[in-house]
Amino acid sequence: MALDKPYKDIPGTIIFDAEQSRKGYWLNQFCMSLMKAPNRDRFKANQRAYLDEWAMTEEQKQAVLDMDLNRAMQLGGNIYFLAKIGATHGRSFQQMAGSMTGLSEDAYRAMMVGGGRSIEGNRHLGEDGDAQPQQQPQGQAAPSKKA
Amino acid sequence: MAKITASVYTSHVPAIGAAMDLGKTQEDYWKPVFAGYDFSKKWMKDNKPDVIFLVYNDHATAFSLDMIPTFAIGTAAEFTPADEGFGPRPVPKVIGHPDLASHIAQSVIQQDFDLTIVNKMDVDHGLTVPLSLMCGEQDPVKGSWPCPVIPFAVNVVQYPVPSGQRCFNLGKAIRKAIESYDQDLNVQIWGTGGMSHQLQGARAGLINREWDNAWLDKMIADPAAAAAVPHIDYVREAGSEGIELVMWLIARGAMSDVPYNAADATALIAARDHSTRVRHRFYHVPASNTAVGHLILENQ
Repeated sequence: MALDKPYKDIPGTIIFDAEQSRKGYWLNQFCMSLMKAPNRDRFKANQRAYLDEWAMTEEQKQAVLDMDLNRAMQLGGNIYFLAKIGATHGRSFQQMAGSMTGLSEDAYRAMMVGGGRSIEGNRHLGEDGDAQPQQQPQGQAAPSKKA
Repeated sequence: MAKITASVYTSHVPAIGAAMDLGKTQEDYWKPVFAGYDFSKKWMKDNKPDVIFLVYNDHATAFSLDMIPTFAIGTAAEFTPADEGFGPRPVPKVIGHPDLASHIAQSVIQQDFDLTIVNKMDVDHGLTVPLSLMCGEQDPVKGSWPCPVIPFAVNVVQYPVPSGQRCFNLGKAIRKAIESYDQDLNVQIWGTGGMSHQLQGARAGLINREWDNAWLDKMIADPAAAAAVPHIDYVREAGSEGIELVMWLIARGAMSDVPYNAADATALIAARDHSTRVRHRFYHVPASNTAVGHLILENQ
């Protein structure tokens, strides 16, 4: 029997389950290595060379080089692991989370100060909330839709 | 005999720790967050425990993908604040209570909960931010936390994570373990993490104030009903990282108004003799990406 994954119909969300964890094993273990300052220095000095020391796929390496966290998540990354890359680059968790939404840093921060993203329309795929695939990327799709 | 006198619940947002470490607590953005803990710091001084049993989750710090224990109890003499990528937080090391921790491990494992015993572990913001919030800033060298702390890490990072019901039942077993410890100790149990937040994907930034507050009401007044909430409700309604709230149920299950065993008449009567008093309740949006929730419950 296949594992029950009721969370698959939540928009804009990847749950880090065993399948994702298997895909992302080396990507995430690379991230763990950045908890040591000498490794952070080596990574920053030559990201490509450092990444080539790990058994990661080329796509995973590219996602790290591009700091494309959505892509890294799709390829098995977990946000708490990926956060070590952000920390290495001096990025806050808010900057990292915001970078996945298509909103500018200021717009994301303003959304949070205003009470955060609304749950309305964002519970199930197929609704019309701002995190739905048809609204992506946010901050670009939204104004043109209104226009 | 040791006993649990109170439970404390709080979010453990890393940015809160950073705000304290960088002296930003009086900035307009942070002021309302810290104001919610003014009462709590005073309460901690007036109600200083002998030991804190601190339930939190490790954020890919002590546990990588090498090993993923569902429930891990720290039995070491001390625990060092971890370098999570920015360098370690400038806070005092955490002194453990190996004897009580080992006693709890023995009792809880024999009550059929399979804990992982951890003798060496660095502790991340999940553990140190609640201590900072409740105890205020401490000098990393000259300062200290008010008492020994037993770290108790729950896996909420890789699925499957434990259910709310499992956490609630574990809380009951922990209380039983603490109450069978010979020494007279005043123990607090803290449940941390949450409330609504999502740190990933297009839905990042999700906050659900109504759901959070309804869940708090339920957890206070009818904890067995809160324990029955399935995973998917947390994830859908409170965001992918909102699942951390199951950890609050461990602390809630350890309070004396909760019967050990709802099918046992003696346990039901014993629980009826107790009530839980809400000493403090606070909720604020946002701290970084997260809704901050905080409660102090005392056993009566």
